[in-house]
Amino acid sequence: MANGTVAVSEKTFYEESTNKYSGILSWLLTTDHKRIGLLYLYTIGGFFLVGVVLGLLMRLELIAPGETIVDAQTYNSLFTLHGVIMIFLFIVPGLPAIFGNFFLPIQLGTNDVAFPRLNLLSWYVYIIGAVLVLISLVLPGGPIDTGWTFYIPYSVRTSTNVSLAIFAAFVLGFSSILTGLNFITTVHRMRAPGMGFFRMPLFIWSLYATAWIQVIATPVIGITILLVILERTFGVGIFDPALGGDPILYQHMFWIYSHPAVYIMILPAMGVVSEILPTFARRTIFGYKAIAYSSLAIAFVGYLVWAHHMFTSGISDTARWIFSLLTFIVALPSGVKVFNWVATLYKGSIDPKPPLLWVLSFIFLFSIGGLTGLVVGSLATDIHLHDTYFVVAHFHYVMFGGTGTIFIAGLYYWFPKMFGRMYNIKWANIAAALYFIAFNMLYFPKFILGYMGMPRRYFDYLPEFTTLQEISTVGSWLMAITIIIIVTNLIHAGLKGKKASANPWGGVTLEWQTTSPPPLHNFNRHVEVNHEPYDFSQLKELEYDSK
Amino acid sequence: MTQNEHTVSSEHSHAHVHRDDIGAKMGMWLFLFTELLLFGGMFLMYAVYRFQYQMDFKIAAMELSVSMGTLNTIILLTSSLTVALAITAIQKGNKFLAVLNLNITIIFALMFMVNKYYEWSAKFEHGLYPGSDEMLSLPNGQIMFYGLYYIMTGLHGLHVIIGVIILAIMLVLVIKDKITSDNYVKLENGGLYWHLVDLIWIFLFPLFYLIH
Ligand code: HEM
Repeated sequence: MANGTVAVSEKTFYEESTNKYSGILSWLLTTDHKRIGLLYLYTIGGFFLVGVVLGLLMRLELIAPGETIVDAQTYNSLFTLHGVIMIFLFIVPGLPAIFGNFFLPIQLGTNDVAFPRLNLLSWYVYIIGAVLVLISLVLPGGPIDTGWTFYIPYSVRTSTNVSLAIFAAFVLGFSSILTGLNFITTVHRMRAPGMGFFRMPLFIWSLYATAWIQVIATPVIGITILLVILERTFGVGIFDPALGGDPILYQHMFWIYSHPAVYIMILPAMGVVSEILPTFARRTIFGYKAIAYSSLAIAFVGYLVWAHHMFTSGISDTARWIFSLLTFIVALPSGVKVFNWVATLYKGSIDPKPPLLWVLSFIFLFSIGGLTGLVVGSLATDIHLHDTYFVVAHFHYVMFGGTGTIFIAGLYYWFPKMFGRMYNIKWANIAAALYFIAFNMLYFPKFILGYMGMPRRYFDYLPEFTTLQEISTVGSWLMAITIIIIVTNLIHAGLKGKKASANPWGGVTLEWQTTSPPPLHNFNRHVEVNHEPYDFSQLKELEYDSK
Repeated sequence: MTQNEHTVSSEHSHAHVHRDDIGAKMGMWLFLFTELLLFGGMFLMYAVYRFQYQMDFKIAAMELSVSMGTLNTIILLTSSLTVALAITAIQKGNKFLAVLNLNITIIFALMFMVNKYYEWSAKFEHGLYPGSDEMLSLPNGQIMFYGLYYIMTGLHGLHVIIGVIILAIMLVLVIKDKITSDNYVKLENGGLYWHLVDLIWIFLFPLFYLIH
């Protein structure tokens, strides 16, 4: 292990900064990828909580038929904001910007990303985007009410602040592109000696695939958003049938980005799963290459399925069946991953710590989300289920049950490394159990509601839906309690928790081979890689006591 | 890979000494890729509407001034040459030639914008701008042609302006000896950006001016 001799710094990255400032400025002007990761954690985490509050308000409105706490127009703004915040401010940047920033360089055995200043700029661009969203709420005209998909023609006709809000989405896209190109360059140029592509941890592979999607897909939404803004200001007519434009073309352009974006959301989560499972099963991941390649396959095929959002929009039959077929094909690489994960657990020496419990939850919830995706991916059933609560349930299962769950799993897994302290395991376990119950209570009824015909984006409903809607609302309260438990536990740990050791879980990827929290330059030694990423024979050499 | 072997030392906690020219260029290429896709979205829409309104596009395209477009194409192509010359000059350590060529590039870029201004204002005088009565009286396909024309050349014009700003910054850096014969990756990246602006114009020109 002791390769090379390097001046040892006893200080952590909290105590040493990349600039000459101290206090808040040392954070706001930092180029340290770890601090930038934490800046993202606090801001993105904050927006997640705002999004949750909006979700709870909607659920409260839906507790009984008729107007309960908000009127129809307010409800329109609520679901739009909830969607915009959850998608553009939480789930798309979430895992790459927080955990990617913090751990990509460490797992590669290097000291920072390829462009540290650009990295800080990306955070500021994110903040500008977020602030624009907030400004659009208070300006005269009122908060945007189009739904997060901004469909033409309504988004051109409505008098609410659409232009500003979608410009914010444009700006956020910029941040996403910059992070993406930074990560790609880092992976190509900064791997530690000995770290070939196939010695990279799978989290890196998934970030790499994600970064490519960010770079390739985001510009398309950029131009589409610009066109909507131009349409609103000058009435050019690109999407306006009265002037010869085609509103369906908008849907194509929108989903050409937004469907790949779905994979921007899920791929990093799959990467985190592939990190957590080996650590707690104490054995190497099953099918390393299959998982790595399936990330790339998902990234690629994910491009070619966008029109499955448009089965009922009147596109041609040939197009519909081709897109339906391709949709089924994306299920294959996703299935490869699920089987490999389960196989990793087989005959492992399983250590059921909180991160693993969350991953198990994930496998279950994400499988439901994925399989119901096939239900709406089939032409015949989609006609019945399109724009109903079935779809709402489906995408919450994949986005929240998939990526959201892993967001929390990742926090539990890497918290001791990021903050150098340990949380209360018992409460973490309780939260995991509660979460699973709350989640299914909140969203499973929506599948049935959708099947019965409850349309999405309505603040009111027929009396026969009442019971299921009530169950769902009670589920949302349970979810709120769960989230409060999680957040309190982590904040408490951050302030007062026990000191965590360098390797509390017995992981073998590089982040567990440095102190918790890491020093400014990540390692107090010269890193050279001579193992496969999940080779647990190293565990003896690493200071891990399994107490 | 020497860059990666840069060792960690606690004294130099600030200042990322690390420099990686290949990495910097790789980042730039990725960025250019996103620019291509931004315009790619527009080219896609152009293709769809051209297919839908073939006759109208033909008629509307005749209104554009081929000579003006050709002039601008020559200007922009030459400016790509001068920026390349500036890079070669700096590689050979000839600061004077580099500064000269960068200045010429900027002047070409401004000439391009001036031409564009005259071209657009001529259209405006004829009442051909989005939302005008004149425009709305045209058949749908022609409205679409002009809509795309304004959006695409406008977006391109915006890139020319950004390009001028980048080139001006490069000029200052060369003058201040921040870009030298052994550290010129910034200028190369600036040049790449300028070539992109040029490249996109090379596609816009035939699509709008030449295909009748
Ligand atoms: C406590 C947590 C949450 C609750 C209670 C909740 C609840 C809801 C409700 C009631 C709707 C509106 C359904 C309708 O009327 O059509 C909705 C829509 C939506 N939710 Fe959530 N949600 C939560 C978390 C999330 C998360 C974590 C995400 C994303 C990662 C998310 C993404 C969305 C999206 C994209 C929409 C669609 C908005 C639109 O129709 O434009 N939600 N949610």
